[in-house]
Amino acid sequence: MATVTLTIDNQKVEVEQGTTILEAAKNAGIEIPTLCYMKDINAIGACRICVVEVEGARALQAACVAPVGEGMVVKTNSELVRKSRKMTLELILSDHPQECLTCLRNTNCELQALSEAFGLREVRFTRGAAKSATADDIDDSAPSIVRDPRKCVLCRRCVAVCEKVQGVKAIGPINRGFETVIAPAFDQNLIDVNCAMCGQCSLVCPTGAITEKDDTEKVWAALNDANKEVVVQTAPATRVAIAEEFGQDPGTISTGKMVAALRRLGFNKIFDTDFSADLTIMEEGTELIQRVTQGGTLPMITSCSPGWIKYIEHYYPDLLPHLSTCKSPQQMLGALIKDYYPKNAGIAPENIYSVSIMPCTAKKFEAQRDEMNDSGYQDVDVVLTTRELARMCRNAGIDWDTLPEENYDDPLGMSTGAAVIFGATGGVMEAAVRTAYELITKEEMPDINLTPVRGMEGIKEATLKVGDLDVKVAVAHTLGNARKLLDLIREGKADHHFIEVMCCPGGCIGGGGQPIPTNLDVRLARIAGTYQADEELPIRKSHENPAITDIYEKYLGQPLGELSHKLLHTHYVPRGVYRKPEGLPDGGSEH
Amino acid sequence: MGAECNCNCQADSSKKIDELLSQYRGNPNGLIVVLAAIQQDNGYLPKDLMIRVAEELNVPLTDVYGVATFYTAFTLRPRGRNSINLCLGTACYVKGAPEVHDAIEKELKIKAGDTTEDRRFTFDVVRCLGACGIAPVMTVNGEVHPRMTAEKVSEVLSKYE
Ligand code: SF4
Ligand code: SF4
Ligand code: SF4
Ligand code: FES
Ligand code: FES
Repeated sequence: MATVTLTIDNQKVEVEQGTTILEAAKNAGIEIPTLCYMKDINAIGACRICVVEVEGARALQAACVAPVGEGMVVKTNSELVRKSRKMTLELILSDHPQECLTCLRNTNCELQALSEAFGLREVRFTRGAAKSATADDIDDSAPSIVRDPRKCVLCRRCVAVCEKVQGVKAIGPINRGFETVIAPAFDQNLIDVNCAMCGQCSLVCPTGAITEKDDTEKVWAALNDANKEVVVQTAPATRVAIAEEFGQDPGTISTGKMVAALRRLGFNKIFDTDFSADLTIMEEGTELIQRVTQGGTLPMITSCSPGWIKYIEHYYPDLLPHLSTCKSPQQMLGALIKDYYPKNAGIAPENIYSVSIMPCTAKKFEAQRDEMNDSGYQDVDVVLTTRELARMCRNAGIDWDTLPEENYDDPLGMSTGAAVIFGATGGVMEAAVRTAYELITKEEMPDINLTPVRGMEGIKEATLKVGDLDVKVAVAHTLGNARKLLDLIREGKADHHFIEVMCCPGGCIGGGGQPIPTNLDVRLARIAGTYQADEELPIRKSHENPAITDIYEKYLGQPLGELSHKLLHTHYVPRGVYRKPEGLPDGGSEH
Repeated sequence: MGAECNCNCQADSSKKIDELLSQYRGNPNGLIVVLAAIQQDNGYLPKDLMIRVAEELNVPLTDVYGVATFYTAFTLRPRGRNSINLCLGTACYVKGAPEVHDAIEKELKIKAGDTTEDRRFTFDVVRCLGACGIAPVMTVNGEVHPRMTAEKVSEVLSKYE
């Protein structure tokens, strides 16, 4: 690869040809501020916050898109550059509501950070008569995320993620000039369009223009209600991320501290979604064996990820029979929390308030689906994202660093390493294989680490010898990658038995409800934390979880049995992309 | 997203549009060409046709709508036979354009930006037309009506069929 030598702020820098000035400066330890730029996803040179002075060039250059040149002399912080950046920022702020104190992104906002870094002390302009979005334009129609176009800086990072990573583009720029807003087509509400509710847009938005829907007040109210038994469950991926909200490194395992925090907040029972992840493996593994031996629809595809479910309902309703009928672990545990648990504990189910802590905004949508009432009540009352739980902890003045490590409550708190890895892409597959192998062959698996399905590659495949059968599996994360496998299935070219799909990049550890920032490095650290947590657990296979054996013996009977079918399985709704598909019955996935 | 179209359009896609749609099936590059043809055919872009464009060309509907709202050559609502523009620029405003505005809305029973049910009029508001000396200014199909008053609205509009 040819290299180029240039000078940046009096330093000689040698980089590969084609590198941008931004990357070259970074190599030399110089951070150029950016706003619209997002590595590998959005480099459109739109905001002009990153301008630099290039000797001999007529105008300032946007460092995020301008390539380096041999002998180039770049100044990243001359008077001219600083003035220009400041002016750009002031223009952005000229129609920005300055509501930081009451904004969900207060203290974690890139616009704030830029103002602070640039030393902005006043905003000299206002847009006057030019039309800007107003509070009436706030779209809180969806249970998962809220759009507040007033706070939008038109960086289009959300659009890029939705289009390039998820292949959806539920939102995009409409109108022109000052009237441009990022919105669904026809300025519809998000709940009425083909949005997967994944929340990836809320992860990348630099401001408070797209956020999770904050449901913390509902939970505070329940905690304050003496008549309510408030029960909470925590998803696998939350334990390797929440500590970031309190200044610790990404991937720090904080299971015990999270449990302690929940107890201090006043939750009456603290259960673990990991328990129902193990349960999922029992149900889904049995379903897979049944489909393989009895000629059911193959490949079977996992159904844990509600953004993925909504996506396939919109885009591939004809393929719904491929989905496992298993509910997600959140909804399995939700049903048990209002059916099994109250029977067991002698509590009236109507007094139970069921909360879950999830890395995911789509889970908020899932919890309020019509199908999710199998206990006779809404199985999960409120879903909080990792970010919202952290907010509650700050609200309550909990000092994370000095929290002790505590344990989950019985009977729905015990889990295995197989459940922890549900949080990372490939994890459900690996957990399923650990169990299916042993159930089918009745032998111990020689090496339970299924490394070919781990890691950030978009689509991973493996073939495993299980008894006499060559089992072919595939794993995809992001909806864009899922689409590639779905197209293969449609063309009849997918010879896999089992496919895992996770909606978000990296799996749930990279979910739309996780701490901000969530970027590639952060994802990798959380994945590392996930596999470390797996290795540290004494039991690493779902079928060896004694609490699982127990609940089948005492209550459920057997996987796919009558009670399992009622509480733990579901059906899907063909939605279509822009209109309801014809000829596909509702609940068409029952096979 | 419902299948029903609530823009009151009865527009059936013509044979020409059908042909264009099949010519560009699966080809997002045809977006502007197809939209321009629909605009020409109908005088605006009916919602159900925009959805068909998205489906057949395999373009996200947000892009179809984004393009439709970006270029001024495209309109999203049917236009009337006669086009009223009322100036609400500063000079016209202080000389009583708001009363004229209300009178037009009352006379036609529509809001600014809309078209009457019988497609006789489309009423839009504009900014300074550069004719402040004869404010308040209204134009109909480009014909200038100076020094408008609320009282004159009915009479002026009656000249346009
Ligand atoms: S988006 Fe950022 S700058 Fe805007 S109000 Fe919220 S915190 Fe303040
Ligand atoms: S939630 Fe996901 S699918 Fe919906 S707009 Fe955001 S990125 Fe797109
Ligand atoms: S909503 Fe957020 S990410 Fe999207 S364009 Fe606006 S500021 Fe950027
Ligand atoms: S960050 Fe370079 S133009 Fe926005
Ligand atoms: S303000 Fe109406 S013409 Fe100038």
